Amino acid sequence: MDLLTPELGLFVWTLLAFLIVFFILRKFAWKPILNSLHERETGIADSIAAAERVKKEMSQMQADNEKLMMEARAQSAQMLKEAKEMKDSIINKAKEETKVVADKMIADAQMQIQQQKMAALTEVKNEIGKLAVEVAEKVIRKQLATADSQNDYAQMLAEEIKMN
Amino acid sequence: MRSGRLFSLLALTFALSSAPVFSYAQHEENHEAAPVAVAEAAHEGHHEEKKEGFNASEVIFGHIGDSHYWHFFDVNEHPVSLSLPVIIYHPEKGLEVFSSSKFHHGHESYNGYKIDPNSKMKEKIISEDGAKIIDLSITKNVLSMIISVVLLLTIMLNVAKKYKKNGAMVAPSGFQNALEPVITFVRDEVAKPNLGNKYMRFMPLLLTVFFFIWINNLLGLLPGGANFTGNIAVTACLAIVSFLVMIFSGNKHFWGHLFNPPGVPLGVKFLLVPIEIISLFIKPIALMIRLFANILAGHIVILSVISMIFIFAGLSKVAGWGFAPVSMAFTIFMFFLELLVAAIQAFIFTNLTAVFIGQAVEEGHGHDEHHAEAAHH
Repeated sequence: MDLLTPELGLFVWTLLAFLIVFFILRKFAWKPILNSLHERETGIADSIAAAERVKKEMSQMQADNEKLMMEARAQSAQMLKEAKEMKDSIINKAKEETKVVADKMIADAQMQIQQQKMAALTEVKNEIGKLAVEVAEKVIRKQLATADSQNDYAQMLAEEIKMN
Repeated sequence: MRSGRLFSLLALTFALSSAPVFSYAQHEENHEAAPVAVAEAAHEGHHEEKKEGFNASEVIFGHIGDSHYWHFFDVNEHPVSLSLPVIIYHPEKGLEVFSSSKFHHGHESYNGYKIDPNSKMKEKIISEDGAKIIDLSITKNVLSMIISVVLLLTIMLNVAKKYKKNGAMVAPSGFQNALEPVITFVRDEVAKPNLGNKYMRFMPLLLTVFFFIWINNLLGLLPGGANFTGNIAVTACLAIVSFLVMIFSGNKHFWGHLFNPPGVPLGVKFLLVPIEIISLFIKPIALMIRLFANILAGHIVILSVISMIFIFAGLSKVAGWGFAPVSMAFTIFMFFLELLVAAIQAFIFTNLTAVFIGQAVEEGHGHDEHHAEAAHH
């Protein structure tokens, strides 16, 4: 039972030593060590979080860039398409206008031609009529010396006119 | 903890199995004491045996007990040892300090004090006038503890200095690197799971307890080392520190549950409250006994195995030499086991301290787990 009865002396020394060690180590060892460990761990965690965040931002930026590129491409395509359409429409319009103008010019020209033709025809007719009247006058003046001859002649003229 | 229990069991079985050897050795001595007429030659033989006589229990208990000398080895039957200072407080004569060499290994008395011949193991000093004295001597255990304290402070303060010098973001090196995983282990595996978010408050205590026990366990394993952590006064002191911390950090919830368990019929309360109070005191006692018994058992086993060489040598030289390799092999095995036990017991003591404090500082919720845990330990 000697083993199981604690001696006071050893107890006191142990308590004293333990408390001294505890207070010294608490102030000069554990506090700085634990603080450093904590600081390092939070530092590492922060760094990892920051890296993660940057990575996320990067990917976000990349996605944004891609989106912008896509939009730009779509826009340029749209613009090209619109330009083409505009060109086509301008050409078509121009063509149509030209056609209209040309048609009108042609129509005008035709009308003028018709008019001139008609005028020319009228003139020719008038001229022919005058000529015929003159010829007839001359013939009549010559032929109509005699009655018969006048008749014959008149008949012949009539025949001639009929034949024409 | 499981390995600790297993180990104590092992030690117990071993102690039991080696008990006949001890008694056999003593039997031999008794034989010598009987001076019956024997043949001359035989008598001489006996005489020789007495000279070489090896008392295993004396060696073992001499080692595991405390002493006023630090005994290293014997040269020609003369012990080579360091005499340690004796500090005594006598209620009438006051404080007295003198070297233990004055006692001449317990053979003489000095200044009215002598070593109690009935307490071989502890070399208890008594006053010849029968007064109740207080013995505050620097015994072997105390000196061993002082050495461990110096070592501990040197190591830890140097490591702390390195942290301060290098700053937080430099990778640890040297001893700092060796200790950092241990410190983070105590923090992450002992403090955090048991104490929750209040762990920072108790970290200094847990770390000090852990390293104090560990370094003393290891110093005790050195040849000629003291059996410091295998002394009940030491483990009682550590257990009382844990217990006081637990008592003083106990919150309203803890005391409320102790003295007035909620949701329990009144009749059961009369039964439950005493049990709870007993269990409160059993906690530090369990801490005390566990560390004490484990370390003590380890020392006894190693010493017993080594002693067996000399016991066999006492029977015959051949047997002694023949048994030496077996004994050495087993001692080496035990030594490695003890190295492991040194760390495991330090961890268990720290962990249980954390568990007990954790129960005391626990907030309202998780009541059932609290009880399951208590039952588990």
